[in-house]
Amino acid sequence: MKVLVPVKRVIDYNVKVRVKSDGTGVETANVKMSMNPFDEIGIEAALRLKEAGSAEEVIAVSIGVAQCQETIRTALAMGADRGVLVETEEGAEPLAVAKILKAIIEKEGPEIVILGKQAIDDDSNQTGQMLSALLGWSQATFASNIELGDGTADITREVDGGLETIKVKLPVVVTTDLRLNEPRYASLPNIMKAKKKPIDKMSPADLGVDMTPRLKTLSVVEPSKREGGVKVESVEELVEKLRNEAKVI
Amino acid sequence: MSLLDGRLSEDQRAFQDSARGFSQEQMAPFAAEWDADRIFPEEALRAGAALGFAGVYVREKHGGSNLSRADAAVIFEELAAGCVSTAAYISIHNMASWMIDSFGTEIQRARWLPKLMTMEHFASYCLTEPGSGSDAAALATKARRDGDDYVLNGSKAFISGGSRSDIYVCMVRTGDDSPGGITCVVVEKDAPGLSFGKQERKLGWNSQPTAAVIFENCRVPVANRIGAEGDGFKIAMKGLDGGRVNISACSIGGARACLDAAKAYMLERKQFGKRLADFQALQFKLADMATELEAARLMTHHAARAIDDGDVDATMYCAMAKRFATDTGFTVCNDALQLHGGYGYLRDYPIERYLRDVRVHQILEGTNEIMRVIVSRKLLDQ
Repeated sequence: MKVLVPVKRVIDYNVKVRVKSDGTGVETANVKMSMNPFDEIGIEAALRLKEAGSAEEVIAVSIGVAQCQETIRTALAMGADRGVLVETEEGAEPLAVAKILKAIIEKEGPEIVILGKQAIDDDSNQTGQMLSALLGWSQATFASNIELGDGTADITREVDGGLETIKVKLPVVVTTDLRLNEPRYASLPNIMKAKKKPIDKMSPADLGVDMTPRLKTLSVVEPSKREGGVKVESVEELVEKLRNEAKVI
Repeated sequence: MSLLDGRLSEDQRAFQDSARGFSQEQMAPFAAEWDADRIFPEEALRAGAALGFAGVYVREKHGGSNLSRADAAVIFEELAAGCVSTAAYISIHNMASWMIDSFGTEIQRARWLPKLMTMEHFASYCLTEPGSGSDAAALATKARRDGDDYVLNGSKAFISGGSRSDIYVCMVRTGDDSPGGITCVVVEKDAPGLSFGKQERKLGWNSQPTAAVIFENCRVPVANRIGAEGDGFKIAMKGLDGGRVNISACSIGGARACLDAAKAYMLERKQFGKRLADFQALQFKLADMATELEAARLMTHHAARAIDDGDVDATMYCAMAKRFATDTGFTVCNDALQLHGGYGYLRDYPIERYLRDVRVHQILEGTNEIMRVIVSRKLLDQ
């Protein structure tokens, strides 16, 4: 069984993100980039399936600029077997990404696709769900545990009320939550070995996917600065402020 | 974060990510406890070894990572940013393992390296003696040949890992009083006649044990000799070039951690109604700290590449880098402590630990005075 894991190149979680002065997006020049942390969890989950003997091959897929190859190398250094890079200069939106992934999945034939529940740059939380719909596969989002059965998987999901365990039929699209696992670090020898692992390169056009944006960004602004608090004299004043100023009650 | 980050190769950025992640998650949070309770963190060391840190520039065959000295400088800076003392021990283990890999026979490599690479076994390097520090070639530990054994008498001082390590790579005298009379042998911890002094009490470097290593009619098989008789001093000096790059990187890592802490503190601490970051005198101090640190890092990477390229002046570049980077490292930690005011002096903040840990780097691997001897000798050598 093959497991396919999409990995996104995002601004490193340690970087203090700055909005571009023209308000069209955020500054990415000379900024440290790394793999979306939820995707690292996805790679780790796939590697554990392989180490448990449930999967034979782990394929890492990235979509974006040429440097996304580094993100794939990170996955290969962690232990993925091979990579696929779909090179495009266009900013890929969730729907386009899902369409590209669908085309690759139809070629590769994995039975499990593990995505991060969202990417920490745009926080869309859409790609996994869209992909499942396009493929007509079962979906299990926000996974904190994966147990494989015979042609099925028991997946524990982190939901508002606590934990929910569902049984899904394979093939399945899974999206990872933070507590699924703690991803490993790549060892120095595996970083070197990763350079010899193959990465297939293709374009969205090769896969017949139209990347034309469906979304238009109107403006990107910094969150408003946090303001200092005020002290209230009485409970009455507090209730009054909550009702009329904050409008929360 | 440094300008150099943008100059690193893709591979080096990957090594850096791995070392930084490990250091920040598995070393930094425990470093204060290791220091206070003098804990040699064997479990953390073995976790690091599993990532390839025990033999960064040991060849692959017996489990090394087979990277360059320039790569090692990137890695040791990251490890030291988490815990200087533990990173420095890892660098010593690396040096001892590298000596076996580079100058040992295939039989010796196969015998010792696999367990050193997983850190199931720990290694120590024994050159310094109570009576010969800077004047290393004057070492007096005698090794007398007796059949298939050497019989060792004498003692080694300030040995990192002393009494805990499994493998001691030792420089001993088999011949006359010249540097050509020195030979390298591996002494295993259960060798008859091997004993240790008391644990030294130190200003820093508390996460590694330090003790004298004592040989009293200590019998070591001739099969444990690394290289030929008389090769020892050459091996020692070659090892020290790399050791100096490593220790420079450890100073830079510790100083970087202090610089980052000072920067954060300046943005947060208020006096006279202003943040420290708003006082120009302190802004200039911070700028100088970062600038000096960057210069030290560049010199260290340059020296590392000189070793990698087999540059004839590598020893001089390593000496220059070691002198500059370890002095700068201490000064930056000290300045960061000053910026923290009274809090910097408290053990509740990490600055004083970094300061205590990097201080010894100005002394060991050849004192910074000896570094000046090496540089001036090269300059005046006509």
